[in-house]
Amino acid sequence: MATEFHNLQELRHSASLANKVFIQRDYSEGTTCRFQTKFPSELESRIERKLFEDTVKTLNNYYTEAEKIGGQSYLEGCLACSTAYLIFLCMETRYEKVLKKISKYIQEQNEKIFAPRGLLITDPIERGMRVIEISIYEDRGSSGSSSGSSSVSGSTAR
Amino acid sequence: MHLGVSESMRECEYSQISTRCSTPMETPYKKRTPKRRKWESFPGRNKFYCNGRLMMAKQTGVFYLTLVLILVTCGLFFTFDCPFLALELTPVIPVIGGVLFMFVLGTLLRTSFSDPGVLPRATPDEAADLERQIDVANGSTGYRPPPRTKEVVINGQTVKLKYCFTCKIFRPPRASHCSLCDNCVERFDHHCPWVGNCVGRRNYRFFYMFILSLSFLTIFIFSFVITHIILRSHQNGFLKALKDSPASVLEVVVCFFSVWSIVGLSGFHTYLISSNQTTNEDIKGSWSSKRGKDNYNPYSHGNIFTNCCAALCGPLPPSLIDRRGFIQSGMPQLAPPTNGITMYGATQSQQSHMAAAATPLLQQQSSEPVILTASTENGGPLPGRTSLNLGGPCTSLPLGQPTPPTSTPSLSCHEASDMLPIHGHSHAHNHGHTLQEPMAHHHFLTPEEVPSPPGMLPCGSPMGHSHTMQAGFYNPASQDSLHEDSVRGLVKLSSV
Repeated sequence: MATEFHNLQELRHSASLANKVFIQRDYSEGTTCRFQTKFPSELESRIERKLFEDTVKTLNNYYTEAEKIGGQSYLEGCLACSTAYLIFLCMETRYEKVLKKISKYIQEQNEKIFAPRGLLITDPIERGMRVIEISIYEDRGSSGSSSGSSSVSGSTAR
Repeated sequence: MHLGVSESMRECEYSQISTRCSTPMETPYKKRTPKRRKWESFPGRNKFYCNGRLMMAKQTGVFYLTLVLILVTCGLFFTFDCPFLALELTPVIPVIGGVLFMFVLGTLLRTSFSDPGVLPRATPDEAADLERQIDVANGSTGYRPPPRTKEVVINGQTVKLKYCFTCKIFRPPRASHCSLCDNCVERFDHHCPWVGNCVGRRNYRFFYMFILSLSFLTIFIFSFVITHIILRSHQNGFLKALKDSPASVLEVVVCFFSVWSIVGLSGFHTYLISSNQTTNEDIKGSWSSKRGKDNYNPYSHGNIFTNCCAALCGPLPPSLIDRRGFIQSGMPQLAPPTNGITMYGATQSQQSHMAAAATPLLQQQSSEPVILTASTENGGPLPGRTSLNLGGPCTSLPLGQPTPPTSTPSLSCHEASDMLPIHGHSHAHNHGHTLQEPMAHHHFLTPEEVPSPPGMLPCGSPMGHSHTMQAGFYNPASQDSLHEDSVRGLVKLSSV
């Protein structure tokens, strides 16, 4: 069984980076931001498929909401144009608001679900919206470095 | 005491050389290096102003020309023509002129100074991961390089995603690599020297509003200057009218020559917006029905109104490159372009592969085989890169883009796009027309497209296992920095 960490703090102090998995973009619906929900094989032993897929699907929904073309976005666009885009000095665009929601969601997911399993998601905006980077951590005490290796639990110096 | 003072003074004199000086005030070098912002080490060929707030292309000469033309013409109009017109006709004329002028200037500056939608380059981990996936997909470990394209079906149309050797990513659909700015840009339209920047996803609407309002302004000034001259000639005679207001002649000349190209360009872009195409796609005829019965634009929303609204009033995505963020030490450095390495590593096989990759392209348009032969004339290493990057820099340059080489042909190259509207902007007819000119320019363009590879060539590693070498090269060096980065990522996450 993979190492268990109880929170982000423990992960930081006692884990070393073993591998990184990249979830690429899914362009089958055009240029809107979507990520592939295909479950990567490296995570098979680390996290349940359903949890992973739910996370990615929620992120996809957030991005769809940010890029949605509808009444609200038109209103924002026309208002911005009529004020010569000066309104954005005081107001945030809808996209930026949703991006803030996304980073909160990712932090939450990291704390509750991913860190206890020795994983960490990086916000896609920090990678230019190209990939979701998932870092796989191993307990520092273990000698092997492959992500699938079992390590002695409780060997962390805590 | 005197000696002591001089001694301490001498110590301070020597403080720059000797390490014995321990007075903290006199240490000449700061202990901490000042934090640098990300724009200072941006890999593309862009210029940044106001500490990273404004971003432009490297060549900005033509932009200043545009600015001067607009300012001078409008200045002359307001100084010499408006007083007469305000008195004789109505004071509303200068007011409307003023509003139009401010709008034109605002949209021009916004187009020129904003990030067009630059895609940041891949981090070394991502690049290594992609290389690994490509190698796995390729199967064999021979010298034959894997095809750097991925096919994706979008709304029923098959679209090829090309791999960018400079940015080390698979380009999203509709993105293209601008070789003048050396960046991949999302929804790349063209590189416009008149605004001194690329036109892409984030500034297309400003560009469109700029050319539209400039058309109105040009027509406005033209018509009112003519009116002014006519009214004056009724009073004093034609020649005296011209002598009384010589500036009007200059304005008429400038407006007359601008109105054709600018109004034409606005018309062309109105067509592009209503059909949701980029200049790139239109000139290549990517979605033209001539290619095939089932060829249609998968990005179009179906009707003109929705396409227009989506392009002009849709949500504005934020900049992905975070120009003003601080560089954190230990952050993953961007993977440098591997042009030199891959070129040397697989030149022979690349050439054979180039033929293989080129065959589907040969069937598409008559221009492309000409481009291939032109590139082979330029020497050994180049064909590998320029042909495989046909989707990349070549599309942004030779295929009718108004992107100039960095010399005087620049202005005429842009005319290629202006010729389109002049000849009635029916693009089907003009494909033959415009493609002639870019092909002639290609000989200028190819050597100039390659500034990054020659830079890489001297330090390119010996041929052979370029992919594996490169993947292996990064891992040991970056593991410690990766770890630090991930820790910082944790800190950042927890502090959000």
